[in-house]
Amino acid sequence: MARLEKSAGDIANEIDERFGSAKFVRRSARKVFPDHWSFMLGEIALYSFIILLLTGTFLTLWFKPSQVEVPYEGSYIPLHGLTMSEAYASTLRISFDVRGGLIMRQIHHWAALIFVAAMIVHSARVFFTGAFRKPRETNWLIGVALITLSIIEGLLGYSLPDDLLSGTGFRIAEGVLLAIPVVGTYLSFFFFGGQFPGEDFIARIYTFHVLLLPGIFLALITVHVMLVWYQKHTQYPLPGRTEKNSVGYPFFPVYTAKAGGFFFITFGVTTLLAAFVTINPVWLFGPYTPTQVTAGSQPDFYMGFLEGAFRLMPNWEIHALGYTLSMNIIVPCFIVPGLLFTSMGLYPMIERWVTGDNREHHVLDRPRNVPTRTGLGVMALTTWLILLAAGANDVIAITFHLSINAITWFFRIAIFVVPPLSYVVTKRICLGLQRRDRDLVLHGRETGRIMRLPNGEMIEVHEPISETQRYILTAHESPGPLELEPATDPNGIPRRRVLASKLRARISRFYFEDRIVPPTPTDARELESSGHH
Amino acid sequence: MSDQQHTGPGARSHDAQSDGRHDVDSRDTANDTSNADIQLAGGHDSEGPPTDGSSHDELATRFADPGLPAHTYRRSDIDPLAARRREREVATLFGLSTLGTLLFIVAYFAVKPSDAAGPEMLGQVALSTKLLGLGLGLAMFCVGAGAIHWAKTLMPDDEIVAERKPMRSSEEDRRAAVAALKEGAAGAGLGRRKLIRNSLLGALAPMGLLAIIPLRDLGPLPGDVLEHTAWKAGRRLMTDPAGRPIKAADLPIGAVVHVLPEGIKKLPRPLDEEAKATAIVIRLAPSDLADQRPDRKGWDVAGIVAYSKVCTHVGCPVGLYEQQTHHLLCPCHQSTFDVTRNCAVIFGPAARPLPQLKLATDEAGYLVAAQDFEEPVGPSFWERGD
Repeated sequence: MARLEKSAGDIANEIDERFGSAKFVRRSARKVFPDHWSFMLGEIALYSFIILLLTGTFLTLWFKPSQVEVPYEGSYIPLHGLTMSEAYASTLRISFDVRGGLIMRQIHHWAALIFVAAMIVHSARVFFTGAFRKPRETNWLIGVALITLSIIEGLLGYSLPDDLLSGTGFRIAEGVLLAIPVVGTYLSFFFFGGQFPGEDFIARIYTFHVLLLPGIFLALITVHVMLVWYQKHTQYPLPGRTEKNSVGYPFFPVYTAKAGGFFFITFGVTTLLAAFVTINPVWLFGPYTPTQVTAGSQPDFYMGFLEGAFRLMPNWEIHALGYTLSMNIIVPCFIVPGLLFTSMGLYPMIERWVTGDNREHHVLDRPRNVPTRTGLGVMALTTWLILLAAGANDVIAITFHLSINAITWFFRIAIFVVPPLSYVVTKRICLGLQRRDRDLVLHGRETGRIMRLPNGEMIEVHEPISETQRYILTAHESPGPLELEPATDPNGIPRRRVLASKLRARISRFYFEDRIVPPTPTDARELESSGHH
Repeated sequence: MSDQQHTGPGARSHDAQSDGRHDVDSRDTANDTSNADIQLAGGHDSEGPPTDGSSHDELATRFADPGLPAHTYRRSDIDPLAARRREREVATLFGLSTLGTLLFIVAYFAVKPSDAAGPEMLGQVALSTKLLGLGLGLAMFCVGAGAIHWAKTLMPDDEIVAERKPMRSSEEDRRAAVAALKEGAAGAGLGRRKLIRNSLLGALAPMGLLAIIPLRDLGPLPGDVLEHTAWKAGRRLMTDPAGRPIKAADLPIGAVVHVLPEGIKKLPRPLDEEAKATAIVIRLAPSDLADQRPDRKGWDVAGIVAYSKVCTHVGCPVGLYEQQTHHLLCPCHQSTFDVTRNCAVIFGPAARPLPQLKLATDEAGYLVAAQDFEEPVGPSFWERGD
């Protein structure tokens, strides 16, 4: 043991003399990380990305990104003799003739779904708890960029095998490129190296899928994680946690073991999923040919909201001056995701402007205590979910024996009606929960014990809640709406930007008009002295 | 308005300045529950009134922070036997991981799907995939579960409180940084040496072109290729994929045939040509032809009509034909076309009817195209007229 310690010390010495690493280790080895189950969602995304890199590298050893047509001669009898691209043939080879190839393909595909899903859930957690607030806006923007890019990366990935399903996906991509005003036709010809399908695009999207985008991911994820490290993690509003401290377990050894262990758990669960649940059985779809299509074509789930927007959009096309503007494609494919992602990306800045809150925040919000933000978040999620469901309108029609036209019309109306409704309902639920919190603090917990007073009155006995719980329920701020600034400043000089200030006051009212002020000790004392229990 | 510095009480500021000015950054005061147990409702704007709380009854506005709960000991902290048990559990999980790795290696060499003949191959692939996945999954999961079990039961679980400094640098650092930048800028003299600045901009600005222009050869210019297909007057309709010509007389009413032009496989880049030329042939009963557009009279051969199979929305093959209603449905986005009305759009996102192919028969009685499509097939594009 002593010898081991000595040789470890020798190595550490050599490293420190070259890199001065002791300074870093001294500061960081015992760095504190707050603990909560919801903080692992981002970890799942990070680990799925590593799994994607590992399994993806394995797949590249056999995959041939080529559209050269070859007759199939591998072990899968049903496709024997069929002409297909080398991309598809090599995917079949990986699946059937390379041992472990199919499990790697399936891990890769499952990890991709988990990667995107984990990022979406992680971003929801960050949104609803207000973790995006100053100073973490940059990380929020990086996150939005990662989600956006992951959708593109996923689309490219499942298109590479060049099977009938994925080829159909790229046929749609061609239609989308063509719809771009003025330059669309040129973009499409440059992208496909001529007409669709051409002979180039598999090789091109391969470079994007395995080199360019993963490089960007790696860079963005590195910055993202380094910022989490540098800015320190947020923490939930619990006793003893303040804006000026960070409470939790040390990085070494506890988090090294927990986070490192969690990587292996993520890998293990993804692998078991891949072992027992088939995903994307490309051999059943057959090779891509532009003249065929499979009914019930469904993209991966993260494309679903775009697919839904496509299906709901009425057939609006503008023909003028000999040119064509395909609003039926531009709206669902550019405007809808553009609005969703832009508003998502800008939200921290918008909220900061509305609240005028320029402080750093390291203690998280309980979602109910920020009803408007929570409502808006639920509204965005609802919009996304309706589009996702609309993307499966044919599956819904077949499963439930309904008219596809009726379903489409239902979603066309729902997309305008349900999200605002979900906003109102969520906000009311939040306010209701806040009222309950207030009651708990002031009146205590209902014990379920009924007591009869000497005068015959029956009352339920309430028990005061613990100091800890009371603190949790009352620690938050409940700001009121901003006052409209007077039109002139104290010296009587008219203020500039009156309109912006009016708008801000209005939005602030929208945000903070309905509010429940957390109870104070004064409230509690007054209630006590007035004889309530 | 809200990001200014200002003077005020609450001098617990992290970067208190000698000149008395400091960033109120109201979290120092308003939000610092550990120091004050107090916070003004509504005091979220840093331009709000000074929030040092001195004029208020502290207990009246906030319940006190009871602080971190007392540490509770786990069984394994106080009972050496329990700790010993936890240790064995962790070791068992690590051991299971080793077994998983062994299972993977054994399965890799024991099950070799490519040795199996024909139909058995799929079963062998499934077996191999399950065993390899089980082995790898166990190897990964168990080592992870072991590490976490170890961390949660045996490593210290006392919560540590670390100080959190504001991200903002101290005033001194900020001033020094500005000074350093100013000094550097003065050294470069970009403000004074306009000639250097402007010529440098002139050198850098057009560099974007170096990234874009070499991409020109990614593909040919579109020209008018989107407006033509491989159909030509007299070219036979061949069934897809069998590649047989179709005798008009042999086609019963209600029949549906997918077709391609004769000889398309011999053209250069046949897939590109198929992607445009693919068409669907349907024989309608004479009664179903009543609503055809007058200018399309004579485009059918005895009720046999042909339409482009490329959806006018985003180009999926419109492959689903419903016999009773004579509707063609695109499986991608459910655009629906009415064959009895020249494939007019009756539902979905497609904006234009499917282009019709004018048909004729050759001397042998086989169906042929009378001409190419009159309009570009497939999705709309900017330069497309009408």
